[in-house]
Amino acid sequence: MLDLSFEAPKPKVIAGAKHDWEMVIGLEVHAQVASKAKLFSGASTQFGAEPNSNVSFVDAAMPGMLPVINEFCVEQAVRTGLGLKAKINLWSAFDRKNYFYPDLPQGYQISQLYHPIVGEGEVIVDMGPGIARRVRIERIHLEQDAGKSIHDMDPNYTFVDLNRTGVALMEIVSRPDIRGPEEAAAYVAKLRQIMRYLGTCDGNMQNGNLRADVNISVCRPGDYERFLETGDASHLGTRCEIKNMNSLRFIQAAIEFEARRQIAILEDGGEVVQETRLYDPDRGETRSMRSKEEAHDYRYFPCPDLLPLEIEEEWVEAIRASLPELPDEKKARFVSQYGITEYDAGVLTAELANAEYFEAVAQGRDGKIAANWVINELFGRLNKEGLSIEESPVSAEQLGGILDLMAKGDISSKIAKELFEIVWTEGGDPAEIVEARGMRQVTDTAAIEAEVDRIIAENPAQVEKAKANPKVAGWFVGQVMKATGGKANPKAVNEIVAKKLGL
Amino acid sequence: MSIDLETAAHVARLARIRVEPERLPALAEEFNRILGFIEQLNEVDVEGVEPMVSVTPMRLKRRPDEVTDGGYPEKILSNAPDAREGFFVVPKVVE
Repeated sequence: MLDLSFEAPKPKVIAGAKHDWEMVIGLEVHAQVASKAKLFSGASTQFGAEPNSNVSFVDAAMPGMLPVINEFCVEQAVRTGLGLKAKINLWSAFDRKNYFYPDLPQGYQISQLYHPIVGEGEVIVDMGPGIARRVRIERIHLEQDAGKSIHDMDPNYTFVDLNRTGVALMEIVSRPDIRGPEEAAAYVAKLRQIMRYLGTCDGNMQNGNLRADVNISVCRPGDYERFLETGDASHLGTRCEIKNMNSLRFIQAAIEFEARRQIAILEDGGEVVQETRLYDPDRGETRSMRSKEEAHDYRYFPCPDLLPLEIEEEWVEAIRASLPELPDEKKARFVSQYGITEYDAGVLTAELANAEYFEAVAQGRDGKIAANWVINELFGRLNKEGLSIEESPVSAEQLGGILDLMAKGDISSKIAKELFEIVWTEGGDPAEIVEARGMRQVTDTAAIEAEVDRIIAENPAQVEKAKANPKVAGWFVGQVMKATGGKANPKAVNEIVAKKLGL
Repeated sequence: MSIDLETAAHVARLARIRVEPERLPALAEEFNRILGFIEQLNEVDVEGVEPMVSVTPMRLKRRPDEVTDGGYPEKILSNAPDAREGFFVVPKVVE
């Protein structure tokens, strides 16, 4: 396996009124398993269904109903764990986390506090070419999602939809290894990318299929290093937890705000209170969720409805053998195999579909030119039109055809861009279009020579000027290009003009 | 372990069960009796014994990822004291 070397980024420093501050961040990411049915019932996970239609009696916690685990969800948790190079626990168990809330009909969430299915792993978070943060994963456990409370349908009542109740979530818990708002957002983006490669979570943040709780504290420069050396958390500040954010932008903004809020309290001689807070995107601030505080007494105990989850080594190995090439490996391979920059390789591997498109174009062609065209022409155009790669009107085969015509010298890069435009709007086979519309560039030197001879004969004054000032040769090149409708090979024209003028 | 009145009130609050103050001493005493009964288990020496999570020599039953249930919102809502437009309706809960 290939690996790109990297250095750790510098922690973000915030200048306070008195001195500098740093922050220490750990995340709990909730990723919805891409399953058709729920974790413990056969009800659908389909987003956007009519309220309470994707609910079984198990989800509604009717008396006497028992949970039966969805094997696919277990497999996806293992798969995600393997993708994060984590230890898989062949023996795990479920616990009840008890709290009262209208969108939790059981009165408890089935989770895995004491024996999670996945143990320690890691994620490499890219912060630019050659710079990355290694973030350690503490654990991943399987748990049930809660339902949805809607507070704005009536001034006096809350409306509850249980469609989400019981949907399988993977909670991915990081160590406090993240040192700034950008790193936190990049970490979530990297997890999303890996899970999309693995197919374990669709990563749709807008629909709430990927949400993050952020734990953040602030400290003085040097404190974090002392904490790492000694493992003594008292070197760090008191942390606050910002709940349930489903946008990378909000995560960054919330951390930025929260760090400054804590710094202001400390510099005023106050103390940060450990608490749960909510980010309000409209006001751009975090505020205390006092209602959650009392409920923090979860009285966990082993779920008596479920036996321990025992999985076999061979099954885990079979899943491992089916893992796709992951983003880090793919990026490193693109750099070495196609000779492209790490930056370009990062862009091309951001989404699996993009990487596959690029490889189809680059196969048997110049990798750098392919990367350049895919990133600048294709992605640029897709972005502008708001299209995904799957909706691209130009297929990898068509784009490859355009590059082939350029490589053969049939068309110049300028004509290639025109050709790309035609294929984009009208479709068709690039080679046939070039043939049918007479777009082939003239490489026949005899034809170009005849044209150069004619222009030299008709413009003796320009010839004299060119002999005094070689830059004037450009004028002749321009005349030839004009006379040939831009189809003459510019390199050939340059050479012939220089030769004929005796420069 | 002993349950005082404050702990009894806290447990009642967590369970969202209303207990009038005059009922709390009896409730706390009841808790203490239950705990006292259970504490007899502490007399057993379990040094080196792995916790047992189940008495049945069974593997956890699993099911395939297929949609086999749901699609009956009217049944789900049929016991609800208040339901409108397909939703359960409860007194306002504010964050």
